Amino acid sequence: MNIEKHISKEYDNELETIRSHVMEMGGIVENQLTDAITALVNSDLEVAETTVKGEYKVNRQEVAIDEKCIRILAKRQPAAVDLRLIMAVIKTITDLERIGDEAQKIAKKAISLSESQGPKFYYISIKAMGTLVTGMLHDALDAFARMDSKAAFAVASREPESDEQYVAILRQLMTYMMEDPRNITTSLDAVWIARAMERIADHARNICEYVIYFVEGKDVRHITLEEMEKELSE
Amino acid sequence: MIMNNTSETQEQHGVPTHAIDPSVIHKHNTSLKDEEICLEVNKFNFYYGSNQALKDINLKIPKQRVTAFIGPSGCGKSTLLRCFNRMNDLIDGVRVEGQMTLHGEDIFDKSVNVSDLRRRIGMVFQKPNPFPKSIYENVAYGLRIQGIKNRHVLDEAVENSLKHAALWDEVKDRLEDNAMGLSGGQQQRLVIARAIAIEPEVLLLDEPASALDPISTLKIEELIYQLKTDYTIVIVTHNMQQAARVSDYTAYMYLGELIEFNDTADLFTNPKEKMTEDYITGRMG
Repeated sequence: MNIEKHISKEYDNELETIRSHVMEMGGIVENQLTDAITALVNSDLEVAETTVKGEYKVNRQEVAIDEKCIRILAKRQPAAVDLRLIMAVIKTITDLERIGDEAQKIAKKAISLSESQGPKFYYISIKAMGTLVTGMLHDALDAFARMDSKAAFAVASREPESDEQYVAILRQLMTYMMEDPRNITTSLDAVWIARAMERIADHARNICEYVIYFVEGKDVRHITLEEMEKELSE
Repeated sequence: MIMNNTSETQEQHGVPTHAIDPSVIHKHNTSLKDEEICLEVNKFNFYYGSNQALKDINLKIPKQRVTAFIGPSGCGKSTLLRCFNRMNDLIDGVRVEGQMTLHGEDIFDKSVNVSDLRRRIGMVFQKPNPFPKSIYENVAYGLRIQGIKNRHVLDEAVENSLKHAALWDEVKDRLEDNAMGLSGGQQQRLVIARAIAIEPEVLLLDEPASALDPISTLKIEELIYQLKTDYTIVIVTHNMQQAARVSDYTAYMYLGELIEFNDTADLFTNPKEKMTEDYITGRMG
């Protein structure tokens, strides 16, 4: 999306600062998520603990960006594309913060799982799902950076895949639990991790919806992917 | 009603001459299907001498709604507003083409009595222009011109108009004081009271709050909300937030052309035209 400059350069600077802050926050969240998954898969306690502690950085960014947005609303009374950008930013950072929370949950589970002696039967499928959701988050942030509604739709379209993987993991874990009740504790932890990942995919999709709102001025929340595609082609 | 011709008359002469790419101009007429149309403009052109100030304007203004005209100086919004009650007749060398109707009746028809037209379409200007008379006489003026002498009728009309204009409580104990002693904001509300005393159908407001402080501005805006239950209001304003706050529909004009007419909420969040977008977001140099 190509946007001309404002008459007020200062206004341009303020909006640009906010956008780059969101990207910075997105980068931190992305790192938190990859670290959490690495900690889990490698049973790396140290990385897990850093990730748990690192969550405050995400929260701090959310508060700082919110404040910048409020200042712009008060000072500039943005309209049209500028207003949509501010709304998209305010909503995006809420979802980013939630992704940060989910990453922290995964890291916490990685700590408790590293202490268990049971077999790591769930790793392969959890790892695959982790790759899917980190990819989605990465691409959603990329769509945000480029303000590309088509790319955003492509990312949103991958969200049902995470639901499928989640259901598949649940089924797999249930088999393990039925096979041997000693697997139950570990399996439940793995369920929580899969659940967190499924939520992350939802948040990534939300971010894509805000990108579409910003670029196209169309509210595509709470509709099916088919309806979303139709809206975008109009 | 007597009107002082105070707002910018000749601003058109300063219009930059570079043309607009015709491909970008779409005369959006938003869904007015549930609205009763009060004023209608068809293929309307307006010239100050050889200078064309309005180009092929097509527009429908719904009844008992507030319609705002926005656009940079010289875009023709005041000219268009002043055509509705033929204020531009007073300027030498003007020429109109096309049609403008009030409830289907041609405003520019030869048979139209301009005084009657202006009684039906009242106007308020940027600078408050009360007469150097008492507050009471200012409001009663239009009725006296119509030959109404009954004190009881006049008293009632003055009180109702002042109440309607949200000024009654501030002036009820000093109706005989000279109107020039009121503050700017009060004067502007007095002028609105004077305009509505003769019960027009349409109120044209040309930058009614631009000379007022923020509190008086908000009072005028509040008044506009209330007045639209009885009147069709057309307002010209340079204050875009004001247009966004008070109007139901907004028309964006540029260099004498109507670029976009849209529901106000849509125009300020998701305008259809890039030119509108650039203007309302402050990107147009």
